[in-house]
Amino acid sequence: MQRPLNRLTTKLEVRRLSKEEVYRIVIDPKDHRDVPLTLITDCPSYLMTKTGSWRTLRPIVDNEKCIKCGICWKFCPDVSIHVKEDGAEVDYDFCKGCGICAKECPVDAIVMEKEEDYV
Amino acid sequence: MSEMKIVSGNFAAAYGAKLSRVEVVAAYPITPQTEVVEKIAELVSNGEMDSEYVKVESEHSAMAACIAASNAGARAYTASSAHGLALMHELLIWASGARLPVVMTNINRAMGPPWSVWADHHDTLAQKGTGQLQFFCENNQEVLDSVIMAFKICEDADIMLPAMVVEDAFILSHTKEPVEIYDQELVDEFLPPYDPEYKLDVERPFGFGSLGMPDWYMDFRYKIAEAFEKAPEKIEKVNKEFTEIFGNDNGGLIEEYKTDGVDVLIVTMGSISSTSKDVIDELRKEGHNVGLARLRTFRPFPVEKFREITKGVNVVGVMDRSYTFGHGGDAAREIKDALYGHRDLILKDYIVGLGGRDLTPKILKNIMLDAISLQDKGLDKEIEWVDLRINQERWRR
Ligand code: SF4
Ligand code: SF4
Repeated sequence: MQRPLNRLTTKLEVRRLSKEEVYRIVIDPKDHRDVPLTLITDCPSYLMTKTGSWRTLRPIVDNEKCIKCGICWKFCPDVSIHVKEDGAEVDYDFCKGCGICAKECPVDAIVMEKEEDYV
Repeated sequence: MSEMKIVSGNFAAAYGAKLSRVEVVAAYPITPQTEVVEKIAELVSNGEMDSEYVKVESEHSAMAACIAASNAGARAYTASSAHGLALMHELLIWASGARLPVVMTNINRAMGPPWSVWADHHDTLAQKGTGQLQFFCENNQEVLDSVIMAFKICEDADIMLPAMVVEDAFILSHTKEPVEIYDQELVDEFLPPYDPEYKLDVERPFGFGSLGMPDWYMDFRYKIAEAFEKAPEKIEKVNKEFTEIFGNDNGGLIEEYKTDGVDVLIVTMGSISSTSKDVIDELRKEGHNVGLARLRTFRPFPVEKFREITKGVNVVGVMDRSYTFGHGGDAAREIKDALYGHRDLILKDYIVGLGGRDLTPKILKNIMLDAISLQDKGLDKEIEWVDLRINQERWRR
C-alpha cells in the first residue's frame, strides 16, 4: 500500500513499513552498545502510529455546504483535513478530533459527533 | 597565507566560522553578539563565505534551524548572548540528545533584571547541564581558534555533541586585538568536511528524535555520558594537534600559568585571566609562591586535571564571575566536587565582576593576597562577594 510520506512536501512516496521493518535498523539490540548514538528509526515513525485512535469526537463534513475555502486545512494542527474537488475530506487515521476545523468553518459545514457512535 | 588582522572578539568568531567552512548559519541578533552575525552576513553576501544564511524570528528558531541543518549533514553555526541563549535552552538540550555537533559562540552577558549588557558568566553557566561542551576564551585569538577546534572535537565519531565557545561581553566582544587569520588550506587539512553516519536523506529516509520508551531512554542518555567521559582526552589531543599546526596553544582543558610547586593556586575563567597573570607575576616577584589555573573547559569539567594540579597546594582561591542562588559560585562548587576525598586543602570562593563590574589589577591583587593569607589564618568565609559597595574600601585600597 502506498501513501504520501509528507503531505506538505508532497512528491516523495515511501512504502508503509511494518513494525518489524522499522526496528530492522538494529537486529535485536541488547543494550546501548548495539544501537546508534541517538534513537533513529528507518522510517518516519509517525506514519506507523495511527494517532487518530486517540479521538473521542469525530468531525463530519457536509460537503453540500462546503464552499472549499480551505480555512479548515489552514487551521488543522495535524494537517488532517484536505480540501479536494468534492469538498473537505478528513484523514481519520490522524485527525485527533480537536474540533478546530468545525469552529473555524465559516459556513458551519463541519459538526463534531461522538466517536463511539462510529466504532 | 595567514594574515594578521586587528579585529574584535566578535569578528574573530565570524572568521572562525568562515575558516571552518560552516555551511549553515542561523541567528537572531542581540547585544553584544550582533556583530558576529552581521559580519557573517556581510561575508556571505559579498561571496567570501559559501554558507546558507537563515534569518529567523528568535533564538529558539535559530537553534532549531541549526539542528535541522546538522541533521541533514551540514556544518551549522550560530551565536547568541544572555536572554537569547536562555530562549534557546530547550533546543540546546535537543541538540545534545540528538547528537548534533552544532557549534555556537555565546557572548557572556549578565541576565536581567536589573537589565544589563555587560560581562558575566551566568548566562552560559545556567546552561551547563544541557549537554553542550563549554569553552571559555581569554582573548580574541582564542575565540577564533576555539571555534575551529570545537568543530573538530564535536564532529569526532566518539563525541558527536554540540559546543559553546564563549567570550566576555565588550571586554572581548568589542575590543580589537591582533588576530591571526589562518591560511584556509591549513584549516581544511585540520578540519575535514562533516560527514555523519546518519542524516536526513530522501533516498534513505530515517526518523529522528522518535519516542524512547522507558526500556531504552536511559541507555541513550548513558551514551551521552560516555561521550562526555571521552571528551577530556579528545580536547587535549585536538589542542595539541592545533598547536603543532598553527602555533597557538590555548591550554586544552586548563591553562596552567606558573603552577609548578605552588602553595596557593588561583583559578580564573575568561578575560580576567590576562590581568590576573600580570598580578601573579607581581606577587611572585614579591616572594609569594602563587600560580594561576585558567579554567578553559567548563564542560566536560576537568575533574582529573584539577586533582593533578592541586597536588601539594594549600589554598585554592576561585574567582567566579557568576553566582547560582542557593548554591554559590559555579566553578568553586565544581572544583570542590572534583577534590572531595582527594585533597585536603582550603578553598575560598570569590564572587567577582557580576554585570560587568570592573576588575582592576588592584582588586585582583587584594583577592590573591587574601587567598595567600588563608595559609596562616585558615578559612574565614566560604564565599566572599568582592567589591560590593559595602566593602569596596577593603578591595580597592
Ligand atoms: S472551512 Fe468549511 S467551507 Fe471551508 S473548506 Fe473547510 S469545510 Fe469547506
Ligand atoms: S478535528 Fe482537529 S485534527 Fe481533526 S481535522 Fe478538524 S482540526 Fe484537524
